[in-house]
Amino acid sequence: MSDKVLLDYGSGGRASQRLVSELFLAAFDNEELSRLNDAAVLDLSGPVAVSTDSFTVDPIFFPGGDIGSLAVHGTVNDVAMLGATPRYLTCGFIIEEGLPMEDLRRIVASMAKAAREAGVLVVTGDTKVVPKGACDRIFINTTGIGEIIVQPTPSAERAAPGDAVLVSGNMGDHGLAILSKRQGLSFEAPVESDSAALNHLIVSLVQSLPQVHVLRDPTRGGLATTLNEIAASSGTGILVRESVLPITDAVRSGCSFLGLDPLYLANEGKFICILPQELAEKALRIMRADPLGRDACQIGVVTEENPKKVILETPIGGKRLLGMLEGEQLPRIC
Amino acid sequence: MDLFAGFRDPAIARALLEKIRGETRGVRFMEVCGTHTVAIFQSGLHSLLPENIVHLTGPGCPVCVTHDAEVAAYLEAAAKDKVIIATFGDLMKVPGPGGASLKSAQADGARVKVVYSPSDALALARDNPDDTVVFIGVGFETTAPGMAATVKMARAEGLSNFKVLSFHKLVPPALEALLSDPGMEIEAFILPGHVSAVIGAGAYRPLAEKFKVPAVVAGFEPLDILQGLIILIEMLREGRHGVVNQYTRVVTEDGNAKARALVAEVFETSDALWRGIGTIPGSGLTFAKEYADFDALAALGIELKETPPIKGCMCGDVLKGKLAPNKCPLFKKACTPARPVGPCMVSSEGSCAAYFKYNLES
Ligand code: SF4
Repeated sequence: MSDKVLLDYGSGGRASQRLVSELFLAAFDNEELSRLNDAAVLDLSGPVAVSTDSFTVDPIFFPGGDIGSLAVHGTVNDVAMLGATPRYLTCGFIIEEGLPMEDLRRIVASMAKAAREAGVLVVTGDTKVVPKGACDRIFINTTGIGEIIVQPTPSAERAAPGDAVLVSGNMGDHGLAILSKRQGLSFEAPVESDSAALNHLIVSLVQSLPQVHVLRDPTRGGLATTLNEIAASSGTGILVRESVLPITDAVRSGCSFLGLDPLYLANEGKFICILPQELAEKALRIMRADPLGRDACQIGVVTEENPKKVILETPIGGKRLLGMLEGEQLPRIC
Repeated sequence: MDLFAGFRDPAIARALLEKIRGETRGVRFMEVCGTHTVAIFQSGLHSLLPENIVHLTGPGCPVCVTHDAEVAAYLEAAAKDKVIIATFGDLMKVPGPGGASLKSAQADGARVKVVYSPSDALALARDNPDDTVVFIGVGFETTAPGMAATVKMARAEGLSNFKVLSFHKLVPPALEALLSDPGMEIEAFILPGHVSAVIGAGAYRPLAEKFKVPAVVAGFEPLDILQGLIILIEMLREGRHGVVNQYTRVVTEDGNAKARALVAEVFETSDALWRGIGTIPGSGLTFAKEYADFDALAALGIELKETPPIKGCMCGDVLKGKLAPNKCPLFKKACTPARPVGPCMVSSEGSCAAYFKYNLES
């Protein structure tokens, strides 16, 4: 194969076949995919969870991950948040002509590794190559399919007054890693993306605690925006204690340098869990037993007051709104 | 180790708050600086102050005081061929005449780059020798020295495609304008920490003398602000005026002479347009003769033209502390961060944005 992705590779002809067999089949290697049928036959039982997402992240390689692993983690996590075991993935590539083959190889290898670790099979896919300028290097779409293991499924509208609000770890790492790489900034303490598949942790959590009310991963818009979505759809208030929010010093100082708020930065390996207060300790024990939930803690409670609002209690005891993110966060002047 | 943790100590903050709550003498105070505005809301202090402490927000957000005419000028520059606009992110969404902004200009094909420092803009000029890179120089005494240093660097490198729209503004003349306003209801000021680090606490003494007003230069942590308030209450009770420097760990009496010398070499003071306030004498910085070739207005043939004020926007009264942002008729109705009518609603340091974002009651 040439050392750059050529338009020919998306032609459907021999060049495409070579790309598929030498790269994708080799990396994702599984029985269903290798049949190369027009569609995959899946072996599932019971109710099914489906989620799809397109990944267009810039830069495509960042500290702690790349667009390939992110495309697996993001969709696997979305499926898992329904209290489901992700089983299969489909993936579509839109590649800009001229992408170094080496980059594509790296991305595909990283996807394959992420899928293996998450225990999901990539069962069908698609590749398009578009002329230079028609997309930014590479876009990846993944769809995840999983088996639902708890009923009723965790859902934002089930948050109820008196519930505990837990997070599985530090906030803002992914967003700051991406932004600092994009801006060519380096901080004293390096910030790495937290991108990771959470499904194994989620499965053990909901198997022991099927009473979990809400599971959400605070990706774009960060913790603040996701909590607002939960407050809005459940009609409850959410009170968060700023003094216990887990944020690393590196993220804190990076954010204060750039004028950003870590509570609005994306996370790709963290989740919010809302459940009756009396189960909080047990949930935290399960989360902390997994390396991905090591820093789990309770950050607040669901309230009857202030319906549909998220209130932040500051360390000095003041209260203020923690609103939705409006557009993208932009660095400030002084 | 967090250097500032000590200035956020919740127990000390609560003790200071108790002291303030015990005071019968209140204060109608204005913080001049947008960073203070945000700090007061972000820390939750606004929600904790007793009723006799009235918090008014001031004209200290550099984005908010950027006049419509200046917005129109940089949008005109952005529309020109072979021009790349370099700007701090804050200005992207500021609505100009007719609701256009750098964001909408970008969607229309203008080349706009968000930078983190003037020297990033210089690099842009270096990398694009066939284009003119226009940096939008918005900011107060704090940003001007960096700007001046960058201009000198461009001169040393012989970069002739780097230009600056100098819309810098100076804080003391704005304070003088506020204090001269007969309708002013401010009793005391919290003066900006960063600006004062450059100009020194002494820079405000003649004003405090002339207008017999108490003022405190304060830092940005909750304890700084609380301590500042206690000082102001005591001064008012004892009928004292003058300037007290609470922020001695950063601000000296004379400020930073080197920074001021840089600014004085590259710029000279001029009258400037302030949004909602109008022309304030001696409150702006334009290029000194020897550096006139960096002036983007002249280089691109752009003139600052009076523009009709935005209908219904009460920015002027908000900036002068005469109106609480949430009392503006457009607040949260026609004017939201998603569809801002005035810049106070989009700037990260704007007082309308702070009320919208943080205030529980609004
Ligand atoms: S709420 Fe909007 S229209 Fe009213 S003063 Fe603030 S920015 Fe202007």
